Amino acid sequence: MNTKKKSQGFSVRSVVATGIGAAVFFVLMKFIAIPTGIPNTTINLAEGWLALIAGLFGPVVGLLVGFIGHTLNDAVTYGSPWWSWVIADGIFGLLLGLGKKYLALEYGNLSTKKLIQFNIWQAISNVIVWFIIAPIGDILIYKEAAQKVFLQGAVTAVVNTVSVAIIGSLLLVAYVKSRPKKNSLRNE
Amino acid sequence: MTMNNLFGYKERDTWLNHTTGTAKLVGFLAISTMGMISYDTRFLLALGVLAIALMKMAQIKYHEYALMLKLVLVFAVINLVMVTVLAPQYGTQLYGTHHALFGSGYWTITQEQVFYEFNLLLKYLFSLPLAIILLFTTNPSEFAAGLNKIGVPYKIAYSFAITLRYIPDVQSDYHTISLAQQARGYEISKKASLLARSKGAVQIILPLVFTSLDRIETISQAMELRRFGREKKRSWYQEQAFSKRDILVFVGSIGVIVIGVGLLIVNGGRLYNPFQ
Amino acid sequence: MPAPIIDFQHVTFKYHAQAEPTLHDVSFQIYPGEKVLIAGASGSGKTTLLRLLNGLIPQAYAGDITGKLTLNGKNIVEQTLFDLSLQAGTVLQDSDAQFVGLTVAEDIAFALENDNQSVSHIKAEVSKWANRFGLGERLNLAPQALSGGQKQRTAMAGVLVDDGKLLLFDEPLASLDPAAGVVAMEMIDKLQTERDLTVVIIEHRIEEVLSAHVDRVIVMADGRIVANGTPTEMIQSGILPENGLDEPLYVKLLRRAHVDIASLANVADVKQVVVDENKAAIEQLKIPVKKGLHHTKKLVIENVDFSYDKKQRLFKQFSTVIHQGEVLGIVGKNGSGKTTLSHLLTGFLMPDSGDILLDGKSVLQQSIKERADNIGYVLQNPNHMITKATVFEEVASGLILRHVPTDEVEARTRAVLKLIDLDSMRHWPISALSFGQKKRLTIAAVLVLSPQILILDEPTAGQDATHTGELLDFLATINKQENTTIIIITHDMHLLANFVERALVVVDGQLLADTTPAELLADEKLVTAASLRTTSIYQLANRLGISNPEELNAAIVHGQV
Repeated sequence: MNTKKKSQGFSVRSVVATGIGAAVFFVLMKFIAIPTGIPNTTINLAEGWLALIAGLFGPVVGLLVGFIGHTLNDAVTYGSPWWSWVIADGIFGLLLGLGKKYLALEYGNLSTKKLIQFNIWQAISNVIVWFIIAPIGDILIYKEAAQKVFLQGAVTAVVNTVSVAIIGSLLLVAYVKSRPKKNSLRNE
Repeated sequence: MTMNNLFGYKERDTWLNHTTGTAKLVGFLAISTMGMISYDTRFLLALGVLAIALMKMAQIKYHEYALMLKLVLVFAVINLVMVTVLAPQYGTQLYGTHHALFGSGYWTITQEQVFYEFNLLLKYLFSLPLAIILLFTTNPSEFAAGLNKIGVPYKIAYSFAITLRYIPDVQSDYHTISLAQQARGYEISKKASLLARSKGAVQIILPLVFTSLDRIETISQAMELRRFGREKKRSWYQEQAFSKRDILVFVGSIGVIVIGVGLLIVNGGRLYNPFQ
Repeated sequence: MPAPIIDFQHVTFKYHAQAEPTLHDVSFQIYPGEKVLIAGASGSGKTTLLRLLNGLIPQAYAGDITGKLTLNGKNIVEQTLFDLSLQAGTVLQDSDAQFVGLTVAEDIAFALENDNQSVSHIKAEVSKWANRFGLGERLNLAPQALSGGQKQRTAMAGVLVDDGKLLLFDEPLASLDPAAGVVAMEMIDKLQTERDLTVVIIEHRIEEVLSAHVDRVIVMADGRIVANGTPTEMIQSGILPENGLDEPLYVKLLRRAHVDIASLANVADVKQVVVDENKAAIEQLKIPVKKGLHHTKKLVIENVDFSYDKKQRLFKQFSTVIHQGEVLGIVGKNGSGKTTLSHLLTGFLMPDSGDILLDGKSVLQQSIKERADNIGYVLQNPNHMITKATVFEEVASGLILRHVPTDEVEARTRAVLKLIDLDSMRHWPISALSFGQKKRLTIAAVLVLSPQILILDEPTAGQDATHTGELLDFLATINKQENTTIIIITHDMHLLANFVERALVVVDGQLLADTTPAELLADEKLVTAASLRTTSIYQLANRLGISNPEELNAAIVHGQV
């Protein structure tokens, strides 16, 4: 296992995780939404998936999945991407990906404490991204009115925080539960 | 389905179809970025006219993009209404003058406000024809090669290719899975509480989540077994040599940028201000 | 004797994640130009062996290797995956994962693109290999537009562009119908002779592989090599059924006729085996084909029209009657309407016109959920159905969602779990189950709702003979005890011949035939239309000049062999 010509940089697994991650993100964003009861406001399954994939594969994959997935969704729906929000979604993936080492999902341990901390971090990330980055992007790129974009940002931050709190947490728990634990198999 | 036609790509015999994906991508990015920066009404109108003329040349029919156009219009109207309600004096603030049209107090609607919102509408709309041309005349296979050619690392460009490759598979998996789960009794209808609905939705997508995670492992192996990631560079079957057409697209894009930047200097900023 | 291309000496391998080694003291050689079948039931270690050959072990799966293993005289473990891939091309089992390009052309080009070769060279190679595999007209097609056979040919071309001399196939028949399977094996045969290749095939569908002139068979069980010899030696020794593998149907028949297999020359080739003197004994096995066993109308499909888009109508005035307690098989080419038909029955799709009646009442007004109370549907891939973490929860979920009282949930779930022999594992995490167990679990999760009709899509896909046998025992039990009507969509010849009572042949939305499997598999025209094959029993009967071969087909029924 020496003299190996190792593949450089971004691993093949990360390349594929990005590609498949973005494909699933796109399908969830485009085709599935849970109505909340408030008009035009839906619980977003795609952001929950982004939380899981970023938690498993790290910040770079998180960034790219958010970026590519959101770009494609905008392109297919509206023709052209709304860049300030695309970038915001990418950064959201990146921020969530920073929790990879701490969460250590692959080793199958997710204490309540970790789950709470994950949710605090995702709430902070949502605020940073949707209440700061996206509106400032809107103002800088599109010269939108501040009152409007900050209100939009605030609503999105709240809805997405709730989405990730519910969907993201459920997915993380389901993922960890699915990992077999040692010495736990016994016939009854 | 014979082709991966997520974007509505069709083979058409027009010069825009024959232009390489790289050139169209560069053109789209250049023109739409310049249009995003500029608030010069004349420039935006000219870009809009150019975009519509190009769309005619590409022989794209109205019914092919009608849905997108409607969605963008709805999006634009919602946003314009929000601006009017939340920031009715933003036009005055931007242009520095006040020419009241009607209304009073907070609800005074000024010429400046109407003009600003007209500019905003132009911005929402002008890039749609360009995006439609890019999506409808470019073979999806060319995007990855094109991205790599304009400087995106090939691994990231290939991630994008994988996304395009597997979206139809994920979509059909999701479709079957969701029907089978509905048969089991899971629902996301409005009857249940929000939490119950979300739990139902998670149960429906869980099989999709796990099969997708498994798929990541198998596809990585398949790619490694065919030496993906071995070299620092990668060639692309879909890569095409530039022809005169492509050079013209590049020149045209540079022209648009020069004019746009020129106007920034002449106007002394991004706004074109007819009120002073 | 030339040097072996592959040489394993006392190789033992243990995955880091596991306590016990998966391979024990494995030694074998493969010589240039050989075609070798490595066969074994699930869990026998054959996949692990393949991973050692192509370098995925140790590079993608970590573990401890002892012993000596070489490829072309060089230690495999010391070479990179990239170096190995130039010597040994692998075609993976999952054809959708193998096919990474957006189109046929790009997938064939993939390895050359990764080597950063010039575009003109790549184009020339792609065109050469595509033509060789009959894909020249399909270069611009997406994988979703290809049949299983075409995908596999693309995969072979995409591996052979490297001009390697060794080809490794992981279950190449798994996603193919029998007709495509024959074509694939012929293709491998032709390639091998033309290009002087060495071919290693991992499979448990022995019958199809043997028909393609394999030089040698290596049988694995529990991580060891239990036999290594010519196909004839393997059949003569009777070692296959002892290790969870299916013998060819005609061999089963010959055993039933008390033919002395152990000394029979050419027994591995139905076209050459000499059994003329046993003709009388074989003929005696004939039993009349049973048909029309069930008469109570259960499900009536009346003049159903259906189309996915307005231009092309798939079903036109489709009608048939399915009876109570019947075991019905639906066969036909891929894409000809089998799955669509089952989706119409379950309410996943709605007919454009016509009616579907259950016990005389229309079901078209019922929701998907309501219909599932009576008509249960099990998808081909169990991973597409499983949503819970443990066995018990998975089976119970359908009842809980239907607000069944808790004690009843417990009782019904346990009863079904006992029936499928998973009750002792009810608290296990599902991820610890084998593929076959997962499959049974998904059937249980549907069965617990006590449907009167059970529809199964390719229930035996990916299951070896032992697991298929268990599954059929279980289905036979519920069919007898509960009088459940069973509808099976399948290409599996053994399943059709052994288990199904009545077969509907659906091709391009037309009901081409309504017959028994025994008759179907002895009708060359029908078999071609349905993309199946005639059975080897039929071929043997033809050679011996036995009339009414369908009566011999009928002799091979599950539980009697």
